[in-house]
Amino acid sequence: MSIEKPDQKYEPVHTNKTGGSPFTGVVGWIDNRLPIIRMFKHEYLDFQVPRSLSYFWSFGGILTICLILLILTGLSLGMHYKPDSKYAFDSVEKIMRDVNYGWLIRYAHMNLGSFFFIAVYLHIFRSLYYGSYKEPRQLMWIIGIVIFFLMMATAFLGYTLPWGQMSYWGATVITNLFSAIPLIGESVVTWLWGDYAVGDAALNRFYVLHWLIAFLIVGVVAFHVIALHIVGSNNPSGIEPKDTRDTVTFAPFTTSKDLVGMLFFLLIFVAVMMYAPNYLGHPDNYIPANPMVTPAHIVPEWYFLPFYAILRSIPDKLMGVVAMVSSIAVLGLLPWLDFSKVRSSVFRPIWKQCVFLFVLNFFVLMYIGGAPAEGIYLVIGRIGTAFWFAFFFILAPLVSIIEKPLPMPESIHEFEEWKKQGKIKSIKLFNK
Amino acid sequence: MNSSFFKLNSILVSLILIFFSNISFAKEAHVDLLKPNWSFDGFFGTFDRASLQRGYQVYKEVCASCHSMKLVSYRNLSQEGGPEFTEEEVKAIASQFEITDGPNADGEMFERPGLPSDRFKSPYLNDNASRASNGGAYPPDMSVLAKARPGGADYIYSVLMGYEEKIPENIKLEEGVYYNKYMSGNKIRMSKPLSEGVIDYTDGTKASEEQMSKDVVSFLVWASEPHLEARKQIGFKSVIYLLILTILVYLIKKKIWLRIEPKV
Repeated sequence: MSIEKPDQKYEPVHTNKTGGSPFTGVVGWIDNRLPIIRMFKHEYLDFQVPRSLSYFWSFGGILTICLILLILTGLSLGMHYKPDSKYAFDSVEKIMRDVNYGWLIRYAHMNLGSFFFIAVYLHIFRSLYYGSYKEPRQLMWIIGIVIFFLMMATAFLGYTLPWGQMSYWGATVITNLFSAIPLIGESVVTWLWGDYAVGDAALNRFYVLHWLIAFLIVGVVAFHVIALHIVGSNNPSGIEPKDTRDTVTFAPFTTSKDLVGMLFFLLIFVAVMMYAPNYLGHPDNYIPANPMVTPAHIVPEWYFLPFYAILRSIPDKLMGVVAMVSSIAVLGLLPWLDFSKVRSSVFRPIWKQCVFLFVLNFFVLMYIGGAPAEGIYLVIGRIGTAFWFAFFFILAPLVSIIEKPLPMPESIHEFEEWKKQGKIKSIKLFNK
Repeated sequence: MNSSFFKLNSILVSLILIFFSNISFAKEAHVDLLKPNWSFDGFFGTFDRASLQRGYQVYKEVCASCHSMKLVSYRNLSQEGGPEFTEEEVKAIASQFEITDGPNADGEMFERPGLPSDRFKSPYLNDNASRASNGGAYPPDMSVLAKARPGGADYIYSVLMGYEEKIPENIKLEEGVYYNKYMSGNKIRMSKPLSEGVIDYTDGTKASEEQMSKDVVSFLVWASEPHLEARKQIGFKSVIYLLILTILVYLIKKKIWLRIEPKV
């Protein structure tokens, strides 16, 4: 019953977008129908990358490798592990003893967790130091913080699975944080546990969520990488590339350099995993979970210690949780709190010192997080917490206003010239 | 001018400080542990078979009367990288134990001699029975004990050697509690387990206190990490492999970058 109006114009449609591939033959046939091959060529082979990148820019690739290895090792562990409070501890030990190379897979997974955080902290430091969070990379930075939150959740859930003393008591302490939510807190905690205490129900769902969030990370990482390919990499000069004198193609220049970084990182990881596999863990986690015995000190994994210190430095439970969560979330505001037009700390003498102080404070808080929450430790923890927030809310805007940036080169290739002439001080450790 | 360098150094220093100090929080009053030379330490560490075999004897004749090792099976004793008893010896060892099995076709539990596939027989039926027999203190399962204590092998060795006749005046001991120099809190409910002559080694080695402690601790380290030797061997190979590979790839990278950064 269609009635054609006499003067109506119709837009042509193209639902069939087949074609346009630069390839021929079978590859071209596939690429015409599913353009992932040309996308790969465009984004990974011909992709232009600033030529001044130091090894600090390897950590993105390193983190990708870590994530892949974590999923692969996790997959094989999952085939032998039993998420049941009666059998969890023994099933992990069965992996360590009876499964072929189970000890290798389990130690790899366990230490990769730690090394994932080592790499991510260096990755975040790189961004802070070289201003990678600034226009136009704000969204990519925020996506990165989302990944960091998800990583923390997965790491926490994963640590509960061996069902040792620290697993159990860490889970109890952390899930109890939700009871700080006004009015509904207690109900939320019971809902999370699926019981009135951390137990079998909690362990079973922690296992499911550990998997779920791991794959969520993969998804969000994909967004992070897509955003990277839109805005491009920052670089030590903080200057955007202008012409081909400023860039190299991703392959083989960046790939070969990234490969060196990855292998070196892998070397250190393997050395630690093979010669000190339990160094980064806690001995108490080899004691089976026992709800009747509380460990002398309940400490989280080393990578949570700075945030644990912030949590404990606030006397009020609710405010402590708020402080801990916002201490990470505040990173997301940094692109607007630090509004200096200059990205790289190489040209920002005051900001550079602030970033180093921030890193120092991070380690101080890490130390405090592992110490008992009393006396001088508590005082230092509070000063550290105050500095953490002051860095974002006071130093960042203040330095943006008062700081006079050093004279800057016009382009990346000029920056490279200056570096050769010794006019620029940079972190040489990562420049080879 | 090198202020960033200076700062970086200070960060590195603090990092190192943390790595060395973080671990020792668990114990307030810190005593230096005894540190004998362990054959399994170091890059090429291996277990001393004879010592592990003697260690098993100490475990069986002394420790096993209170401490279980639920995660270890008799068959593990003949496994590569362990005490490496022969399979015949393991069969003989296992058959010395009466294991409750069942139910059989009639629904009855029955006793049978142990098999290599059985787990080490526990001294008590359950944890409560073990607590009841030990004045409320539960003798920990020893399967992963060496990994479950800060200080590991050194700590257990020190505790075994740390019973002293002279008790410091500030320490008051209740009934059934003993003074130990290295135990956290200095109080232990286990009486001195190893004294000279408590066992006769089948291989003729003199059963001194030190010898027995060393042997049994080696045995416990093996029990908690049965693949330690394989780990160290594979570890060494993979580190060397990765080292060479990294250097080669670094040289390739250098060469590739020469295309755009020719040497002047």
